[in-house]
Amino acid sequence: MITSLLELEELANCKRCDEESVIEELRVCIGSSCLSRGADEIEKDLKTAIEDKGLQTRCRVKGVGCSGLCANGTLVSHYKNATKENILYEDITLDDVDALAISIEQEKPYSLKVCDTNQPFFTKQTKIVLENAGIIDPNDIEDYIAHGGYATLFHVLHEMMPVDVINEVKISGLRGRGGGGFPTGQKWESVYKVQSEQKYIVCNGDEGDPGAFMDRALMEADPHKVIEGMIIAGFACEATKGYIYVRAEYPIAVEKLNHAIKQARKLGILGNQIAHSGFDFDIEVRLGGGAFVCGEATALIASIEGNRGNPRQKPPHLSDYGLWGEPTVLNNVETLANIPSILKNGGEWFKNIGTPTSTGTKIFALTGHIKNTGLVEVPMGITLRELIYEIGGGTSDGKPLKAIQTGGPSGGCIPTQFLDLTIDYDSLKSVGTIMGSGGMIVIDESSNMVELAHFFMDFCKSESCGKCVPCRVGTTQLTHLLEKFIAKEATQADFELLKELSSVVKGTSLCGLGQTAPNPVLSTIRYFESEYLEGIKND
Amino acid sequence: MIKQKVRVKSFKINDITVTGRSDQTLLEVAKEHNIFIPTLCYLEGLSCVGSCRLCLVEIKGAHELVPACTSKIKEDMEVITTSEKIDSHRKMILSMIFSERSHTCSVCEANGDCELQNKSVELQLDHSLVPYIDSRFAIDASHKNFVHDPNRCILCSRCVRVCSEIEGANAINIAGRGINSQIIHDMDDPWIDSQSCTSCGKCVYVCPTGALYEKEISKEDVITKREIIHNLLKSRAENE
Repeated sequence: MITSLLELEELANCKRCDEESVIEELRVCIGSSCLSRGADEIEKDLKTAIEDKGLQTRCRVKGVGCSGLCANGTLVSHYKNATKENILYEDITLDDVDALAISIEQEKPYSLKVCDTNQPFFTKQTKIVLENAGIIDPNDIEDYIAHGGYATLFHVLHEMMPVDVINEVKISGLRGRGGGGFPTGQKWESVYKVQSEQKYIVCNGDEGDPGAFMDRALMEADPHKVIEGMIIAGFACEATKGYIYVRAEYPIAVEKLNHAIKQARKLGILGNQIAHSGFDFDIEVRLGGGAFVCGEATALIASIEGNRGNPRQKPPHLSDYGLWGEPTVLNNVETLANIPSILKNGGEWFKNIGTPTSTGTKIFALTGHIKNTGLVEVPMGITLRELIYEIGGGTSDGKPLKAIQTGGPSGGCIPTQFLDLTIDYDSLKSVGTIMGSGGMIVIDESSNMVELAHFFMDFCKSESCGKCVPCRVGTTQLTHLLEKFIAKEATQADFELLKELSSVVKGTSLCGLGQTAPNPVLSTIRYFESEYLEGIKND
Repeated sequence: MIKQKVRVKSFKINDITVTGRSDQTLLEVAKEHNIFIPTLCYLEGLSCVGSCRLCLVEIKGAHELVPACTSKIKEDMEVITTSEKIDSHRKMILSMIFSERSHTCSVCEANGDCELQNKSVELQLDHSLVPYIDSRFAIDASHKNFVHDPNRCILCSRCVRVCSEIEGANAINIAGRGINSQIIHDMDDPWIDSQSCTSCGKCVYVCPTGALYEKEISKEDVITKREIIHNLLKSRAENE
């Protein structure tokens, strides 16, 4: 049990001393992407190879979370404690294990697979949320503490009042990272102000957009950061119970979170009287059954309660009537993971990163026709050109870029004429798309935009819960209509109907899923109307 | 949970000043003042779910339409219940309901006594605005008294709510997602095998279409039985 900041620092120092004794570390990325390429086997074999050479006292092998450059996995980084030097190796397979072990033995870099960390992919990133990803062992709470973890929480619990915490978050200008971009401080304040014996903090880890994997990587790489953010949120809103709602398709994230919660409980960081401060808080992980609609606030709440994951009409808002009828804060994983850094460095510090209306950084998942597929954290206000061409390395086959889809099935596409657009919540809205949770699908000339719109509409159709008519029937009708365009059998009347139905579904659906489902259609019509016209048959 | 005091609020519907209690919904106040708003999933005495979207109204200053059945009234709000946009949206939604399954009135039990049919007259929907989606479902006629024909179902969930909220049996629920959603009994058992169904028939008499109907019964008896159930719901609501 840790009862004070002093004891926490002692533990951190102790762990650091332990680290110092190890001269080198081989950090194998065991994020989902590298894992699917056999990272666990590589980690095991590397351990054996290092032990066979008798190097285990000098060099430790540990599994770490996602380092970002998923396209070139499996990634292994070689960290030297004395010089703080870090060599990143890419594309490591089981065949490289022996050579890598020999290079450690001979103290020479394994030059064949060295990844250049001076390329823009690494240098243009600003890591706040992902500061520990690829560095700490997500299974080890002490590693997190040694890297400064939970110190902010202890400081908050002992030195601050809930109002101070809320004020700091308000100053920071942090906006919800789940897509809506609602100011987090304001959300917390509204729940703080409600008088109630029981309040809840819910973390939305039901990341369902096709092509989005920011939250998964974060939960897998640094689960304690999310937990720390949640405890602080609980303290600020005077809530004593938290739930992390994770989709069951993320088994590794679930395992890491559950393990982290157990460790935190053991050290008294979760549970009653956290750090002798008189504040109680505990967290439970709840699994989603695979419905996209459960990412919608009210459906998520229904699902946690054990009901069918159907959304309900708002108001009442969650701040008045949330989980089991009690005031509830619902924050995205990334939002909560920003909290420890904000309270550590102050709201003013955070405000200076990004743009005036969208502060801080944002994690994007780069996918599609892009060279550097993977996870990047960049300051808000970066241009699309920098993100795609510098960090992303351009299109994968060198074909001309056509558009970028943001916001998944709720968002829209951005054509190339807006490449110099700075990315923030408001600028994306101005070109007809949304920030969304951070999925960024790069599309080159070889793709047909009607097919893209159809893909997302078909997704919404099968993910619609079926409660309200416009979403249930509308998405089906729209899917059928788009099929006609793809088969080049549509008529001018179909085109008019497509536009009208889109506007009805958008304007009359019950929840966010239906209200945003027509966005990919409307946005592709706006920028690529000719491709729709090509689908109209000549009579 | 926060309990708020009930107060009297005055506001405007279509430029007419009206008053109501703060715990009342827009729809209730509009009804009291004889202002017509079309509904389908709404039924007095049952909880409101806002799923059919026919009662959508515009509130001045709000950026989206809201269902009148779930919206609580607010002081000084200005509500518009009919406009070119609202009417065309309602028509399109109604047409979508018709397109979803098979609503051929001439061979339907409920012909002439169907809320969906009446709605098309009320909203002057004289032709289909969207193509028909050809989906077919198996009819469950296993129950000795009642028939469930999913092809006539509009998924308003009145039967689900009446079974849960009034009868307390929870025998009916919705299974599946989206366009494949369907009313089921227990764990999708044939109706006759349902362990929790009390055969009270309430679901049948709140059904707005011919999706649930009683076997071998005269039209007069149907109307009488429906009135009994509707009055029961009303009196329960008033006693609460």
